[in-house]
Amino acid sequence: MEPTRTVPTRSRGRWLILLGILISALTLSGIAASPAVADEGGTDDPAAEEEYEYFFTGNVQFEGEALEGVLITVEGNGFDAETETDADGRWTIGVPEKAEYEVTLDQDTLPEGVVVLEGQDTVTAEFGLTKRKAVNFFLGEGQRVTVNYFDQVVQRVVSGLNFGLLLALAAIGLSLIFGTTGLSNFAHAELITFGALMVLTFGVNLAWPLWLAIIVALVLSAALGWTLDAALWKPLRRRGVGLIQLMIVSIGLSLALRYTYQFFYGGSTSQLPGATLPSDIRFGAVALSWVDLVSMGVSIVVLLAVAFFLLRTRIGKATRAVSDNAPLASASGIDVDRVIRIVWVLGALLAGLAGILWAYFRPGVSWDMGFQILLLVFAAVTLGGLGTAFGALVGSLIVGLFVEVSTLWLPSDMKYVGALVILIVVLLFRPQGILGRRERIG
Amino acid sequence: MDWGAIFGNAAVELISPTTAAYALAALGLAIHFGFTGLLNFGQAGFMLLGAYGYAIPALKLGWPWWACLLTSLLASVIFALILGIPTLRLRADYLAIVTIAAAEVLRLTFTTNEFAPVTGSANGLSEYQRDLLTLNPLPDGRYGFGPWVFSDRAWFFLILGWIVVILAALLTWLLMRSPWGRVIKGIREDEDAVRALGKNVYSYKMQSLILGGLFGTVAGIIFVMPRAVVPSYFQPTLTFFIYAILLLGGAATILGPILGSIVFWVLLSFFSGFIARAVEAGWLPFMTQVQAGQLRFILVGVAIMLIVVFMPQGILGNKKELAFVK
Repeated sequence: MEPTRTVPTRSRGRWLILLGILISALTLSGIAASPAVADEGGTDDPAAEEEYEYFFTGNVQFEGEALEGVLITVEGNGFDAETETDADGRWTIGVPEKAEYEVTLDQDTLPEGVVVLEGQDTVTAEFGLTKRKAVNFFLGEGQRVTVNYFDQVVQRVVSGLNFGLLLALAAIGLSLIFGTTGLSNFAHAELITFGALMVLTFGVNLAWPLWLAIIVALVLSAALGWTLDAALWKPLRRRGVGLIQLMIVSIGLSLALRYTYQFFYGGSTSQLPGATLPSDIRFGAVALSWVDLVSMGVSIVVLLAVAFFLLRTRIGKATRAVSDNAPLASASGIDVDRVIRIVWVLGALLAGLAGILWAYFRPGVSWDMGFQILLLVFAAVTLGGLGTAFGALVGSLIVGLFVEVSTLWLPSDMKYVGALVILIVVLLFRPQGILGRRERIG
Repeated sequence: MDWGAIFGNAAVELISPTTAAYALAALGLAIHFGFTGLLNFGQAGFMLLGAYGYAIPALKLGWPWWACLLTSLLASVIFALILGIPTLRLRADYLAIVTIAAAEVLRLTFTTNEFAPVTGSANGLSEYQRDLLTLNPLPDGRYGFGPWVFSDRAWFFLILGWIVVILAALLTWLLMRSPWGRVIKGIREDEDAVRALGKNVYSYKMQSLILGGLFGTVAGIIFVMPRAVVPSYFQPTLTFFIYAILLLGGAATILGPILGSIVFWVLLSFFSGFIARAVEAGWLPFMTQVQAGQLRFILVGVAIMLIVVFMPQGILGNKKELAFVK
């Protein structure tokens, strides 16, 4: 079956047409005149109409013209039946009991250029005091774009790449922190949220120009990373607090920060400027907005910069050395604490940037937005191999692609489930992750 | 300020079924984390399986209470096996990530509209207690004294809950002084040493994961008995609260989780009651009622951090028996 997508046109008013008519003499005479048509297409029982005392009726018209041959189905209470509208656009379906039913208008049987308003092609109907119930569908002018399966896959893949790249920004920071300090930082989610909240504060609440707000947000994110390390993590390392304890401290910190955000920003979702731009740039089958393009571009540039930093600069090499073996790095004259401080600043900066991009991807800024993707970030890091920066990138792309592409066959409210299941399955077969090394897994 | 109401509400938490449920879930976590050193962050998932494993057969199949209970326990064992087989051979933090992920998978699966006819989706399920209530020996009506005046139904669930908690604590106590318990504690201290003694560490860890998970499952049933079940109860935050309780009471103790749960809920109720009324009375003009409600979560987060750093052994724990794996 070919999936279809409904795109109602926005500009012109939707003609709310129609509908159902009701308990008027007109309808009654209509039924009387054409009982066969009304129940054509068939219930299990061809004589349904005479047998059942309860009826759903309606009249499907668009701009005053009756639409013939539109398929209507009724389902519920263990009963289902379908019918097509007659030449006058009328339909009637008899049902056995006075109960609640779902009445659906099959959009594919509507003429070209006509759609049911989004999400209203199925109506839940219940009988009132009478034995007849009119069911109305609101039709509008619109385009029903039938996207073929391949094009849908391409669209999802591009979207998944975008999501994967922004996940990678957060994941690399998490992975670097894990690599250098051994800490599984659950509060990384709050670093993600922080970036978006700061843009909201400066760009929307204080109405600064967006570019300035983003720069300020990134600087503040980096400052938060510095502060967290200086005020919390470094003293704890000094005390020699164990890794598991540190992990639980990060959970406590995550909880405290998250609800502090809610305390100040409330539980609602706000939009950043430009978050709702239409997707009007087309590359073949793929429709993107400017924000999507900029987001992917920024992610790629920043990821390349991080790769350059890790591979080519002295500090980057020192970071990898500390990741590999901190005591040895320390013995070779590397200031481990300084490297860790830099990693915290970098990690928080990347997380803040990921948060801003995530606010545009969702779209929306809310107090728990980081926590919503924390597990995906963890899944990405674990998939790639705990503590390997490039593994985090590979893992993120896989998770991002999987989440988006899986919406083709999974309901969208379960799209994160697939990625988390993949995580569990991968650990079963390759526990060190895709780029990880065996000795790390203990 | 109505101090009577604040203290009264806090006193109710002292014996409420919710306190019992959290105590039992924390006791399960004590077996995982305190005694075996397993970092299970999916206790909410075990509780969810308990709640839905009971509610779904009761509502959709009309099974008696004991069959529903068995369904829950069976689901819990299967869940523990799925979690344990890939991760128990790996380092501790892998189990943490996988358990929290698996618990989220469960919660999302029970939230999705796809399975709404069975799970009730985000609206959840209710009225599954009927068969268990036929066992209620208490006469109809409301009785009690002081702040503890409940209906016969509430008393029934409360008494049942605490009986289960006491039995579970006894069982844990017996187990932990048995040879099995000594092996378990040995695994926490030094896995390799236990392996060198010829014990199958993997199998012991799995048994511990299953047992603690079963406690969590029964806790889930106790938790949803006085109310309706919705999937949003079982967010990762629930697991974090249970960790807070466990760490507060003492991770490697039997009575710690129970005491921790009581102290946690009484203090939390007292604190939020006090703040809410202080806001009402205009003592905290910068805060709204809604914000006052969120303050408790911030407090729990800060409390977790402080306890872990400054009092890792908890109220009842022994500082020598440090409850943290290296």
